[in-house]
Amino acid sequence: MASGGGQDAKFFQRGKIQEFRAELLAAESKDKKFTKRKTVLKKIVANITMGNDMSPLFTDVVQCLGIPLLEIKKMVYLFLVYYGRSKADQIHLIIPSFLQDCNDRNPLIRALAIRTMSYIPIPVVLESLTDQLRHCIKDRDPYVRKTAAICVAKLYTADPRRAEKNGFVEMLRDLLVDSNATVVANAVASLTEIGDRQDGVIFKLNLTIANKLLAALGESSEWGQIYILDSLLRYVPEKHTDAELMAERVLIQLQHANSAVVLTAIKALLYLMNYMENRKLMDHICKKMGPPLVTLLSSGPEVQYVALRNILLIIQRRPSVLKNDVKVFFCKYNDPIYVKLAKLEIMYRLAREENAREVLAELQEYASEVDVDFVRKAVRSIGRLSIKISPAADSCVQALLELIETKVTYVVQEAVIVIKDVFRRYPGKYEGIIPTLCENLDSLDDPESKAAMIWIIGQFADKIENADELMEDLTFNFMDESVEVQLALLTAAVKLFIYKSQSETSKTLVHKVLKWATEEVDNPDLRDRGFMYWRLLAINPAVAGEIVLAEKPAITTDSDRMDRGALDQLLLHTGTLGSIYHKNPETFIRNAAGKALQDSPALNALSRQVLVPIARANIPLGPVQVEGPGPTEPRESAAEGVASPTVAGGVQAVSLPAGGSSSELINTGLLDEEPEGGHDDGGDDDDYLASPSGPADPYANLEGAFSGYNADEPRPQTNSDLAGLF
Amino acid sequence: MISAFFIFNQKGEVLISRLYRTDLKRSIADVFRIQVVSNSDVRSPIITLGSTSFFHVRVNNLYVVAVTKCNANAALVFEYCYRFIAIAKSYFGKVDEESVKNNFVLIYELIDEINDFGYPQNSEIDTLKTYITTESVMSTNVPAEESSKITTQATGATSWRRTDVKYKKNEAFVDVVETVNLSMSAKGTVLRADVDGHILMRAYLSGTPECKFGLNDKLVIDKSERSGLGDAVELDDCRFHQCVRLDEFDSTRTISFIPPDGEFELMTYRSTSNVKLPLRVIPTVTEIGTSSVSYVVTVKTNFNNKLSATNVVIRLPTPLNTTTVDCKVPNGKAKYVPAENVVVWKIPRIQGGQEVTLSATAQLTTTTHRQVWARPPIDVDFQVLMFTASGLIVRFLKVFEKSNYHSIKWVRYLTKASGSYQVRF
Repeated sequence: MASGGGQDAKFFQRGKIQEFRAELLAAESKDKKFTKRKTVLKKIVANITMGNDMSPLFTDVVQCLGIPLLEIKKMVYLFLVYYGRSKADQIHLIIPSFLQDCNDRNPLIRALAIRTMSYIPIPVVLESLTDQLRHCIKDRDPYVRKTAAICVAKLYTADPRRAEKNGFVEMLRDLLVDSNATVVANAVASLTEIGDRQDGVIFKLNLTIANKLLAALGESSEWGQIYILDSLLRYVPEKHTDAELMAERVLIQLQHANSAVVLTAIKALLYLMNYMENRKLMDHICKKMGPPLVTLLSSGPEVQYVALRNILLIIQRRPSVLKNDVKVFFCKYNDPIYVKLAKLEIMYRLAREENAREVLAELQEYASEVDVDFVRKAVRSIGRLSIKISPAADSCVQALLELIETKVTYVVQEAVIVIKDVFRRYPGKYEGIIPTLCENLDSLDDPESKAAMIWIIGQFADKIENADELMEDLTFNFMDESVEVQLALLTAAVKLFIYKSQSETSKTLVHKVLKWATEEVDNPDLRDRGFMYWRLLAINPAVAGEIVLAEKPAITTDSDRMDRGALDQLLLHTGTLGSIYHKNPETFIRNAAGKALQDSPALNALSRQVLVPIARANIPLGPVQVEGPGPTEPRESAAEGVASPTVAGGVQAVSLPAGGSSSELINTGLLDEEPEGGHDDGGDDDDYLASPSGPADPYANLEGAFSGYNADEPRPQTNSDLAGLF
Repeated sequence: MISAFFIFNQKGEVLISRLYRTDLKRSIADVFRIQVVSNSDVRSPIITLGSTSFFHVRVNNLYVVAVTKCNANAALVFEYCYRFIAIAKSYFGKVDEESVKNNFVLIYELIDEINDFGYPQNSEIDTLKTYITTESVMSTNVPAEESSKITTQATGATSWRRTDVKYKKNEAFVDVVETVNLSMSAKGTVLRADVDGHILMRAYLSGTPECKFGLNDKLVIDKSERSGLGDAVELDDCRFHQCVRLDEFDSTRTISFIPPDGEFELMTYRSTSNVKLPLRVIPTVTEIGTSSVSYVVTVKTNFNNKLSATNVVIRLPTPLNTTTVDCKVPNGKAKYVPAENVVVWKIPRIQGGQEVTLSATAQLTTTTHRQVWARPPIDVDFQVLMFTASGLIVRFLKVFEKSNYHSIKWVRYLTKASGSYQVRF
């Protein structure tokens, strides 16, 4: 059997309804072994696959149900799964045959019958299914019971009232303690499905049932283990020891070959740790979690990607996991691009003073690769590294200068963008490189880099001899520039004037720019800011200078770290789509169930303090109308709002770091003393509390590490053009 | 969970289409074709449009695709796709357009069995083969005992093994296959060297054999706890086939199991310490002005001279504007492949303790657009039989069966590199 297999490719040809009908009719005679009819049915199935509507053949195909050949029965059933729903008027023809199969001696046939019936969710079929299912859920054969368990979920999806009225949910609960592990696992899956519905019954586990499920773990199939491990999040430990004992039993699953089992076990462990007290055990769990996570990187690239996106979240919440393993995240030359980009972020997160040199050497290597996004992100990471780890700043800046030497446009642009932040992080240290930057002014065509360079010129206009000339050139096409650049030009022109108020050029320049901004431009932000500067300068130029050139809070990597409460919540979705996009599912998937840590006497006090309640589902029901590709949820726009110059307001607008609101916290000076320390040496991760009373939006720092740059950040798309197709 | 499962060919034609849920229409296949198949720059294996997510895995010229409308467990979806591919491979020998088309009816049967309402179900190949076959089965004359034996197995605690296996000669073959990953800097320092090990077993054993398996390993969870280990090999992590009792491994470190019949992967492991690199590559690559590049590349073998490396393939990257390359090799063949911008040097065999050197010069055309050569790493593929880079050896394999038969065991070792043994220059 393992060799070659079938020869059915010849049936992959488009055919006409009439032809098939005639062939089926002709096949009825002299078809002793049913080979003729089998052939016609294969042709029909092939045509269904190709997307040809075969539903007119309904009555003809159904006739074949009488044939005692299993293969034919399965093909007819497949046909029914496809077209049964649209043939409500004729479906009664096959009910007797279904009922007969439901009572067949062979358990495989019984299961096949209820499985197929439950795929045809129309009242006539559901009616007969309801009766049969009641028997099948108590069938003596476990295979039938495990099929019946899933059938309940199907029935519930089609007709919740019918399922509840007939007591199927209670019957499923009974199956949770079935003697057969496969049945238990499917009952769990089914109840989870029902419990996740907004109109469904609530599915929670108590300690007794949770322990029974854990006992079934060893005998379940790998998929069953996933369903069971996943369901442990529905158990809320009341005592620390309950959580701890359970975690110890989950821990052994980390050695499983199936990566989904491993990730789901990790999800359960991370969840249970919120309710634990035993610090030693928690450290042990963190230690045990690292190696299996690294091993996931030997799987196929798709699973690697899932693992990497999750690791990025896990190491923020539990910094002791993988803290010594930065090397395993070094990119291989032939890694797919999505793996490389995800690794890069983890490398940055795991970088510390001890490994900064190695990480920097790698990043430099990547900066010469081919993929533009990857190179840009590598350059950006070098800059972020210098901000994060002050002892490495010198070599990082040196590396950036070498990269500027390459004159590759996008490399230079990225370097300029990060250097702007470097200047803010280390005032008075690297200004000597400004002339080198100015030499590359012409190669900056991307707005972000141009704005960054303009900020540098404005900020250090007193140190750049020909600043007024440069500004003169830059404002030449003022009206054609993007708003981002115009805003930067406006602020820089004002700064230049304040520095060099004696210079005629700067006087004319600021006048010219203010006039453009207030009279010619349509953008309200630009106009408002223009007016504000104008009045400031008009009323009292000296005070204006103090305000515009006020000392800026030093930039830090504080905003890199996601808010603890938000992380706790997001980690409840470990391994799922939400963990790939770093978004709670209810914010981008219609009808998705949100999750939140449940309070209990055992819940860690800090976790309780930062609890984020489940957000109201806010996915619009109709086709979504949005401008551009960005996500639509209000939460995200709030985050963007904070970072955008409009809201941040005032003089600092142009130079605000990402996640603007957190800059207030920086003033505490805490992170200045210990810029890369604190959270990264990972000792006491449970005691850290990022921005306890900080931004109102806990997700504001979500994309923090790479500031405004998240072109490559994976995100769900809302594409109104495609809405019709769903 | 999974709402639909598709297989597409390279042109985006649908070869298999199965909807598990009514929340999608078949026309969703068109969306995937537009978004992924006809898109030349796909940058993620997952694409989410609105609430619909497409997960795809490529195999040969096919796309294996699962579509979901919920917050699906992404790892599970991909593992399911991998499993489908493995099952198809076992049934048809290979997975490509031809074999899928030739077996499409069987595939529909399989995916109806291994997935119900989007929830993956028992997918143990050995069990599946007992009741999903290409032979014609009359639905009326399957004896009830026969079918309940199947269902018990499909839902049982050892769902991977039939009880009625019989062999005249009881044999078990163990293959330890190690893949070495190396990343070496231009200065010759090892940036990263690790071993992905796979222990494959082919068990031809009668009855229900209870196996115990022993290695010279030591699983190191905390590297700082390292102390005198003797000749034990440090494994960073290991993962086991479904059949291995994880609780027993956790408490006593013994690997015990009832094996599936035939071939399966018993365990995988990872080792990062004391990795013995079988081949050492010492490149000297000099750019002479802008007109040529000279290569002197030495390959040394670093193992016992009774062993040898075979199928050695070294890929030396050349600049994009290379016109011709002149190569001199004492051993094997070296050829410039313009399509891939590499010189491919193939050496059928190098004995332990030997070294061979290639010298070559690449001529370049002058280009108006001067761009720095990115210098991708040199890549080396090879195989060394009876050698493990980690130093792992099989200490014992014991088979216990109630009929107390004698069994013969064979162990082989292979270390190889393919695509991830890289030397920068």
